[in-house]
Order: sequence, then C-alpha cells, then structure tokens
Amino acid sequence: MGEKLATRVAYGRTLAKLGYDHPEIVALDADLACSTMSQTFGDAHPDRFFNMGIAEANMIGVAAGLAAAGKKPYASSFAMFAAGRAFEQIRNSVAYPRLNVKIVGSHGGLSVGEDGATHQCCEDFALMRCLPGMVVCCPCDAYEMEQAVKALVDYEGPAYLRLGRLAVETVTDALPNYSFTLGKGTLLRAGKDVTIIANGMMVQKALKAGEILAAEGIDARIIDMHTVKPIDEEMVLQAAKETGAIVVSEEHNIVGGLGEAVAGYLSGVYPVPVIRHGVEDVFGCSGKAEKVLEYFGLSPEGIAAKARQAVEAKRK
Amino acid sequence: MEQAKVHQLAVTSAKARVYAMDMVHKAASGHIGGSLSAMDLMAVLYFDEMNIDPARPRWEDRDRFVLSKGHCTPALYPMLALRGYFPVERLMEFRALDGNLSGHPDMNQVPGVDMSTGSLGQGISAAVGMALAGKVDKKDYRIYALLGDGEVEEGQVWEAAMAAAKYHLDNLCAIVDVNGLQIDGATADVMPSEPLDQKFAAFGWNVLKMDGHDYAAISDTLAQARTCKDRPTVILMKTVKGKGVSFMENVAGWHGKAPNDEQYAVAHAELAAALEELEGR
Repeated sequence: MGEKLATRVAYGRTLAKLGYDHPEIVALDADLACSTMSQTFGDAHPDRFFNMGIAEANMIGVAAGLAAAGKKPYASSFAMFAAGRAFEQIRNSVAYPRLNVKIVGSHGGLSVGEDGATHQCCEDFALMRCLPGMVVCCPCDAYEMEQAVKALVDYEGPAYLRLGRLAVETVTDALPNYSFTLGKGTLLRAGKDVTIIANGMMVQKALKAGEILAAEGIDARIIDMHTVKPIDEEMVLQAAKETGAIVVSEEHNIVGGLGEAVAGYLSGVYPVPVIRHGVEDVFGCSGKAEKVLEYFGLSPEGIAAKARQAVEAKRK
Repeated sequence: MEQAKVHQLAVTSAKARVYAMDMVHKAASGHIGGSLSAMDLMAVLYFDEMNIDPARPRWEDRDRFVLSKGHCTPALYPMLALRGYFPVERLMEFRALDGNLSGHPDMNQVPGVDMSTGSLGQGISAAVGMALAGKVDKKDYRIYALLGDGEVEEGQVWEAAMAAAKYHLDNLCAIVDVNGLQIDGATADVMPSEPLDQKFAAFGWNVLKMDGHDYAAISDTLAQARTCKDRPTVILMKTVKGKGVSFMENVAGWHGKAPNDEQYAVAHAELAAALEELEGR
C-alpha cells in the first residue's frame, strides 16, 4: 500500500493541475476552501476561483449560470451543505437543465468526527442519486481521486463527487492494469464465497476485512465501487452469480446509498442476500473520527461480521 | 425614444398580451397577473434593448435574459415567438403534454430560453454566474434578470445580491416587477420587503426606478443602467398586476388562475380592442 493522503488533498492538487490545460475550469467554494482544498486551485488560478461566502444555495446557482455560459464549474463545500443545504438548487438549477456543474462534497460521512452529527453527512449519496441524470462518485484513495477528477473534467453533465477528510492509504496505485472509468467498479481481490462492495474509505477497511475472513476460510471478493451512480450492473450481477451473497459497505446511511443501489438492481434480476453495512439510520455523534467510525461499526471487523452473516444467509 | 418606436413596442406588447391570455385560457392554467405586469418591459428588452439573434439562440456573445420569476412564461414565450425564435402557432402548446412549452421555462426545450427557472430565487444566482463568466472571458455581453417583488422574500436573492456586488458585476441588470401582490395577497401583508431601494443600495447595488408601463422610460432606464460601472444595477419597476384587463388589474387572485370561458371572452375582447386601437383598425 502506498502513501497516506486524504482524497480532498488529491482533489485540490488535481484540479489545480488540470486548470492549466483547461481554461474553462472555474472553482467556487463557500468559505471552506481550506478544508475542501479547493484553495489549491484558487492559489494556482486566482482569477478563476470564487469564494461565495457562507451561501451554498447561491453558490450552486452561480455555478449553474457559469456552466450555462460555457464554463466547467466545480462547486465545493462540506457534503452536508453542498448536497444537503443546496439540494433543491442542485435539483432545479443543475440537474433538471443538465448543466455541466460538478458538485463537490467534502468531509462526507462520519469522519468529520469531532464536529458531530450536524456536520456528519450520511445522506449525500441518497440525495444525489435520486436526481435524474446525476453521476455520483466517491473514490477511495488519492490516486483514484486523481483519475476521477480527470474523468469528470471530460464528462459533460452534472455530477457529485464526495471527498474524504481523513488521510487514507493509497491502494489503487499498485493495481496492475488499473484504469478508471466512471460507472465501472474495480476488482481488488478475487474470491468465491461472498462479495464485499465498498466505496470511499470503507474500501481499505474492506481489504482488511478480507484478510480477517481469509484466516477463517472465507474467500471474499472485494470490489471498489467508486461510482454509486450509474452502478456497474455487469460487475454486480457477476458477483451475485459467482459468489451468491453480497455485503455493501459505505460511510453513509444504509437507507438510500450504495447498498440500496446494489440491492435494488439485484432484486429485479438475480436476487441473492445483500447485507447493507453503514450507518444504521441514526445520526452520528462527536468524537475522534476513527473512534466514531468504530462506534458505529464501520471497521474491518464490522464488515467481516456482515460478511459472515451474508454467507450464512446464502446457505439457508 | 422616437414616437414610431414607442408605437411599435406598444403594438408588440398588445399582441403578446392577447397571446398570453389565449395561452392561459387554452391551457386552463398559468400565471397571467404577473405576466401582464411585465409585458411592456419584455417588449422593450426583446425588441429594443438586448443584443440577440433569433437565428443563433446559443450565440456566445449574446445578451442573456433570465426569467427568475419563472412562472411568468406567458410574458416570455409570446415575446420569443414574436421575435422569431419559434412560430407563434406553437404558443398554443403552452403547458400541454404534447407540446414543449412547459409551465416554467426549460432552456433545453424552448429556443431562446437562456436558463431553466421556476423555483423562485434561483434565477438571479444563475444570472450572477453568467455575468461572472462574462467578466472572466472579458466579454461585453449583458445579463438581464426579472424578479418578482414576492420572489425577493427568498433568502437566496440576497445571497446573490452580495455576490454580484463583491464581483462588481456591472454587466448585470436585475429588474424587480413591483406589482405589490403575490399569491396570498399584498406583499406588504404576506411579508413586507420594502424599502427595496434602501435594501439593494445597502447591498452595494446601483438602484434605479421606473414606470413599467412607459416604454420610453423603460428604455431610458435600461440605457442608464448600462452606463453604471463597477456595480450591478437593480431597477425597481412599478407595475400594475394584470395590466390591460379591467377585472384583473391589482387583484391578487389573478396571480396563478386561468379565466373561465366567460371571463376569457371579456379579457380577450379588452386586449384585442387595445391592439386594434393601436393598429388603427
């Protein structure tokens, strides 16, 4: 495994770098530029960086107007306020007119830690994936984030990109033949007994869960599903057919997220047990990020427990 | 403004008022009151003020118009049709399943519509974004946004107002249709928003006022807005809601209601008579 870096840092660096070749890229933030790391773009391209103040609704609308006039705007804030506060602006001013706005939600999930429940957005995938035509993406590490940002610059249309707060191990850079395609998952570990599908920082934890399970004789397939929407149906169906049981792990409410995307798809085409692993429809709380994640079971052991449950469900 | 030009604009808005009434009656729904109040402004914008080309609706250097009070499509669609963006026959597809003139403007469906709007308070932000893009690209196109005086109750309008002042968007001209009424009654009762002049001035805007039914005054005020540098301009436009139809004028109930057949016959007759008189028939 490679260096430890937060995906938000990779986001800022990559966007700043791409800004030199893409004069049409502009970035907006709502007074959290030093946290979302959009400031890195702002430092490199001050004439194309707009701090809109603590006014997310307007920021999204301004981004829509910039896109309507030919720009490629990236509008960032904490996931809670980007996807949550400005939901209706995203729906009506971005998604409905299919404008080329990238909404960037940083500090997604519980790992904002000490700030507590008001800032722990475990609903952003749900809010964004229910919008027609919206791409929803949550890369797992810095390398994948770099590829995702590049792919999104070339993608014409509305998309939501979730960034993580914590520094996480880079796992995708060491993969042979790794290539990033929006809407296509990445196979991280082959396995036949159960499939663990994860995104964001749950991917690294899923890999550790795979080791725990292997020691018990359970051979888990592990998939990094960086794109929540559109979901990689082919890879999900293949996993269902070949392993017969699935666990979906995400730093998100089990309601409305990646787990339901997988379960919703499979229930219509090839029903197998799908166990959703995430925040179980409760609000978060303050604490050190890793402690909070553990408290809610978002740990390698938490994933392993769900995998055992899935294997058990398959046998019935 | 020359008398001939004034006459021409009067004829245009008289025609558009007839179309608006026909559309709303045929669809049996739509927002006639605020459309009639804004119609004279719309005629001046589309036939005098804006640098546009109906043959190239997506022309990069065009002036842009954002109907932030998006429900007033009966004021926008007839102007677009009369200006040549699409045939006037299509106006009767308004709000119909088998047409594409949706209740609120859809930039991907209706030629000439620069921004999809409808949710109040959002259009002005998009207009700020367009003006910002113009500044980034060093273009000299202008952005016009029409808001309702009920719409300004939305907090987002004031977020947008701060941003427009911060970025010195002198290429942005917002017009507030001050007809004094919103769905539930007088704006003064539902949510007092006055003094709008002092509020916008405090937000760093250049504030102008005009009579929204005086073509020369509208044209002069828009020209005056163009000369203001370093600040966005807002024009507080005094109007009569339901303008042109005797029983609709200054009645909040006609905000979003279609006339029944009897009411339509009277309204249509009044508007058609006004047009005929102008055309000297």
